Amino acid sequence: MPAITPLWSQILPGGTHWSGVLRRGQSLRLTAQGADANVAALFYSREQPLERYNMADTLKAQHTAHLAAGCVCYSDMGRILCAITADTLGWHDPLCGLTDKAAIDARYGATSYQQQRNARHVSGREAMLVELGKYGLGERDLVANVNFFSKVVVDAAGGMQWVAGHCQDGDAVDLRFEMDCIVLLHAGPHPLAAGTRHAPPDVQLEVYRSAPVAVQDACRHRCPENERGYLNTERHIAA
Amino acid sequence: MNPLTAPFDTVVLAGEPFMGVVPAGHRLRIVDLEGNQAVDTLFYNAADTHEHYSAQDTIQQQGNIYLTTGSVLRSNRGRPLLTIAADTCGRHDTLGGACSAESNTVRYALEKRHMHNCRDSFLLALAQHAGALEKRDLPSNINFFMNVPVTPAGGLEFADGISGAGRHVELAAAMDVLVLISNCPQLNNPCNAYNPTPVRVLAWAPD
Repeated sequence: MPAITPLWSQILPGGTHWSGVLRRGQSLRLTAQGADANVAALFYSREQPLERYNMADTLKAQHTAHLAAGCVCYSDMGRILCAITADTLGWHDPLCGLTDKAAIDARYGATSYQQQRNARHVSGREAMLVELGKYGLGERDLVANVNFFSKVVVDAAGGMQWVAGHCQDGDAVDLRFEMDCIVLLHAGPHPLAAGTRHAPPDVQLEVYRSAPVAVQDACRHRCPENERGYLNTERHIAA
Repeated sequence: MNPLTAPFDTVVLAGEPFMGVVPAGHRLRIVDLEGNQAVDTLFYNAADTHEHYSAQDTIQQQGNIYLTTGSVLRSNRGRPLLTIAADTCGRHDTLGGACSAESNTVRYALEKRHMHNCRDSFLLALAQHAGALEKRDLPSNINFFMNVPVTPAGGLEFADGISGAGRHVELAAAMDVLVLISNCPQLNNPCNAYNPTPVRVLAWAPD
């Protein structure tokens, strides 16, 4: 991973959620603090949150069913919300969505604030609904998310298999924001993760000023589609 | 647009939207009349349209990205909306989403923005519908009859269709559902064999 000088950093404790605004020109580094970390992430235009991350458009434009360095995250408006400029893993899951309370309780056992206090298990869906609410958004705005650090392979018959051990302590991914975005994160377990022990690792967040975009930027030139995505984004920003 | 209420039996022309209401227990059948036609489809709980089809809940629960007989189409609240009771095509797509003016600019050329597309059909249908649905309420849709294989290496392909003339998919409604269809007008890739064609949509109460 490239050397960075963070503007700020914090630990997102395993199982907890966060949101904030990250602006064009800023980058976010996520670093796993243990094996099998997972960060569910969603991106919305800060200017008009109806413009939001679109899983299908992201995959179709880049002819991929997984995300890695060089890929970008498209909005439903043909623009680029953020770009994956560096990553140690080569595979992040865009398919599987979030856990919900029923799934978390079924796999890890029911918990409650009354019994466990802040060690209770918060599902991905609950986490995202809470963070969405802070911006006047809600259930209707909850779309398919990215699961950073997680790998799920699909076999010829369509069967999905979560890959244990894909993410190790110290694995990292850098997101360069190309538009001002509302960013939602939840460091809970992946919905297809094996095991019955709820122990999602912490994740470090570091925000830094993006390096100047090179003429031959790897994300922009990954494919002709991304060049057009950047043109759309630049027309929007310049307007 | 005014949704038809079951029973109905109608032909949705190429590039047109459709809305219908299918009560719990009723059957819904979509027939690919001429073959290789992508039918972009969303389902809503008719009584509370904030509850809608969720691709992620659906594929997560069944552990498989394709839809076929036995697949339970789940909502964003994890509940069954419909179950696929019969399928003579064999595989339907959950990942490709809908084409849009904006995504066409990215995928093909900036000049393709004017071409008719599924999201325009969805938006016009919702704008002319008496309900309160709008762009916010357009999650990732099903593409019936569309073949979008994912490879073990994580690639995504838009392959030639595996459907054919007269193939159909039949669903049993688990609650009162509102169905929204865009009979896809895409001309830039093989999802419709470069020739969008009509489909037949039927709903009825089983015996």
